[in-house]
This record gives sequence, C-alpha cells and structure tokens, in this order.
Amino acid sequence: MKKMKSNNLQNSIRNDRRNFLKLSGAAIVGSGFLFMTGCSDDDDQPMPEPDPEVFDLGPGNLGILNYAYALEQLEAAFYERVLDGSYWAGAPSSEKQIFEDLRNHEVIHREFFKTAITAAVGSDTSLVLPDLEFDFSTVDFGSRDNVLNISQILEDTGVSAYNGAGELIDVSDSAGLTYLTLAGKIVSVEARHASAIRDLISPGSTNFASDMVLVDIGGSGLAYDKATPPADVLTAVVNTGFVVTPFTANNLPNS
Amino acid sequence: MNFIKILDILSNKELLNEKGSRRDSFQQFKNVGKGIALASIPFGLAATSSKTKAATSSMATAAFQASNTDVLNFALTLEYLEADFYQMGLDSGVIPAEDQAVFNQISKHEDSHVAFLVAALGDDAIEKPTFDFTGGDLMLDPFNDYPTFMALAQGFEDTGVRAYKGQAGALANSNELLRYALQIHSVEARHASQVRRMRQERGWIIQDNNTLPDDFAAIYAGEDNLSQGGVNLSGMFGSFGGDDATTAAFDEPLTMAEVNAIASIFIA
Repeated sequence: MKKMKSNNLQNSIRNDRRNFLKLSGAAIVGSGFLFMTGCSDDDDQPMPEPDPEVFDLGPGNLGILNYAYALEQLEAAFYERVLDGSYWAGAPSSEKQIFEDLRNHEVIHREFFKTAITAAVGSDTSLVLPDLEFDFSTVDFGSRDNVLNISQILEDTGVSAYNGAGELIDVSDSAGLTYLTLAGKIVSVEARHASAIRDLISPGSTNFASDMVLVDIGGSGLAYDKATPPADVLTAVVNTGFVVTPFTANNLPNS
Repeated sequence: MNFIKILDILSNKELLNEKGSRRDSFQQFKNVGKGIALASIPFGLAATSSKTKAATSSMATAAFQASNTDVLNFALTLEYLEADFYQMGLDSGVIPAEDQAVFNQISKHEDSHVAFLVAALGDDAIEKPTFDFTGGDLMLDPFNDYPTFMALAQGFEDTGVRAYKGQAGALANSNELLRYALQIHSVEARHASQVRRMRQERGWIIQDNNTLPDDFAAIYAGEDNLSQGGVNLSGMFGSFGGDDATTAAFDEPLTMAEVNAIASIFIA
C-alpha cells in the first residue's frame, strides 16, 4: 500500500494518459488535425543530412506542433518535479495552489499535443516527438528562489515561443487556422502563469509585466511580449541542460 | 457613437450571409454614410447573432474574416477604452498607494498600444470614442469605489485577451500584424492574471466563472469549453484538476461582435 501511494503521481499520469488516448481515439474523427505536408518556404536551401538516430521535429505545421509539444513536455516535467520537492511541500497554501495549477495545466497541454500530433500523422507515429527525458539535477527543488527563477524562465520562454511560432503556422487550410487559434488559447495561459510567478518573486511591483522582459515596437514603448523564433528558443532550452533526449529542428518553417 | 454598432453589424456573419458579400456591405457603408447604413440594415438579426455558439463560432474560419484595418480599429477601440479607464483611475485617487505601481505599469502599456495602433492605422485610425465608465444604466462608480475599479479592470483585461485571440486568424495574412497582435495579446493576459490575483482570484479562468457583476457574464461565456481542435477533453484529467483545470488551461476567443457587445456598455 505504501509503495503504491508513493507512486501515486506516476500511476495517475499513466492512467490518465491511457484513458486519454483511448477515449480520444474515437473523438478525433473529423477533427481539424489532418496531416499536413506543409513545406517551408526555403525549398531552395539544401536539406541537412538526416540522422536516423535522432528525431527531427519535422516540416511545416507538424514541425511546429512537435516544437510546442517539446516545450510543454519540459514545462510539465519541471512542475511535476516541483510538486515532489521540499519547497512545494512546505510552501504557503497560496503558492502550493499556484504550482499545482501550473503542473495541471502543463500536463494537460502536453497530453493534448500528444493526442493532436498522433491524430495528425495518422498511421506513421514515428513522426510524433517521443517522450523526452529530462535532467533537473542542477535545480534545487528545496529552494523557493531557485524554483521560482526557473519557473519564470520557462513561462516567459513559453510566451515568447508561441508568439514567435504563430506566423510560422501555415493557415492555408482550416486545420492550420485551428492550430493558430490553439496556439492563441495556450499562449495567454502561459502569460497568466508568467505573471503569477513573477508576482510571487516581487509582489505588488511591476514585475508581472516587467520592463525587463517586454520589448518595444516602433518606439511606442516597452509594452509587448517577445516573439522569439524557434531556433533561438531551442538554443536557450538546450542551454538549460535540462533536455537529455536529443532531437533536431532542421526542417521547421522559418517564414 | 455608432461606430461600434456598425462594426457589430459588419462583423455579423449570419447577417452578411443573407445580405450578400461583406464587400457589398462595406460599399453600402461608404456610399451612404453611417446613419443611413445603420437604418438600412435589419438590426434585430445583428443583435441576436451567433452568441450561443460562442466556442465554435469564435474559431477562426475562412468563412468570414474582417480586413486588417477593421481588426486594428477594433483593437484600437479596446485599447482606447483601457487607456482612458486606467488614466482616469490614476487621476481619481481611487487606487491605494500599494497598488499604484501595478496600475501605472498597466496604464503605460495601454498607452503604448494606443500609440502603436494609431501609428499603424495612420489616416484609417478611428477617433477615440467617448467612454462612460458608469456603464449607463448600471450606474457604476469605479473612480470612487475601488472594488468596482478592480472588477472593471479585470473585465477589460480578460475581454482584451479574448478579443485579440479571436482575431488571430483574420490577421494571419500578415506575418507582421499577426506577430504584433500576439505580442500585445499576451501582455493583456499578464495584466489579467495580475488584476485577478489582486482580487483574490486565480490568475486563470476556471470554467465560465464570472466574479464580476452579473451584467458582465458575457465576458466569460464559452470559457468552459472542453473541446479543443475537435478533441473532447471532458473527464480526461481527473488526477490533474479535472475539467476545472482543463478549462483553465485553454483561454477561449470571442468574436468581434461578442466583444463589441461588451465594450458598447461603456461607450457613451
């Protein structure tokens, strides 16, 4: 019994995922998730040599979906670890609530993308980004400062990543428009998270939408979130050292 | 101030399907002027639009999309409203000292958004409407009553998030405009989260819970959507907060008409 309890989270994740995939199998009929062979606009550039050992996110909208899925996997894995850590265990209830919500939302995003991409690729599930392995050994999950700091980086990065990816989605059919709307539905939740985490770090200040994280457009002032291209986001993500499983992004659209 | 109402009419898909192409409607609008265009279009249909189908009809579809100028002026109207509201709040003294930093920052952002949109639209930019933050018959007193000020701030921010989201598809024909709109959209979401949390709420929207006066339920209508991209997520995440968390994990768009119906409460 005791052992089961300690594995409760893992079990419930597995159960949820199993139920999720089973049920959604019926639900996806007629959904907007159709496989797109959308090519990037840079057809004239030489394609990099594919490495059969390393997963590539893929081209077009598939690539963008896998890209978002990778980011959601990272966020979800991080908050799952936060909830296993001693900072969270001893945190005030208001902070515990926030991290529990963030964990829930990111797990939901992760599982949603898994289902969406699986549906989009049809029978060829080798095109779905596999479950990534993460290494958070550099994070002190007993440290409030450390946990909040990493959370802020992840959420701000998520916001800028979705903002940068929007224009890369091929909206020439209704599936593409669905993806764009979905990105919009998720990015504002990431921004709500970022705001809450930043306010925990510096309550009642301007930190929730800090001049330090916002950028200017056309001289109108620091009032806009960043919109960061995938290459820059992925470089930053790789530099965290958190992602163990290698993957490439050689075919993502860049315009 | 009938501009909002005209936009409302022009953005009504059902009406336009009946009356012919949108281009025709616009031509009519240009030819005969605002007042006559209003009189010539059946209002009843426009007012009872596709609200009941909020979650699906708000999806960007190819069936109807406003021009970029329409969308930017729509956004500008909301930004004018927000900018005026916060400036009047800051001027009124209703905001306690400990909350000034937050509202100064939000006010600054809304001013920037106005400046940006005015510059982007150039000669096409609409003039600032006259706002009435009492909400007319609602007789609200936000500049003397701080809880009311906070409630309206939350309502405007959550509406702003939904409004920009609803126009992403319409702006997808321009990478730059889409990018700029997204960059504003997520800042509105940062604001919304902050104000919600100052009101002792979660920063995110659970189900379609409306903690503002009942008159503003439309701001949260459809936020309880559990179907994403054709996948029914209902009951899928029992161990992860259940449907409450699932609805909170996805913000929902509003159509231009739905947003205009909310905004028009505050347009004199």
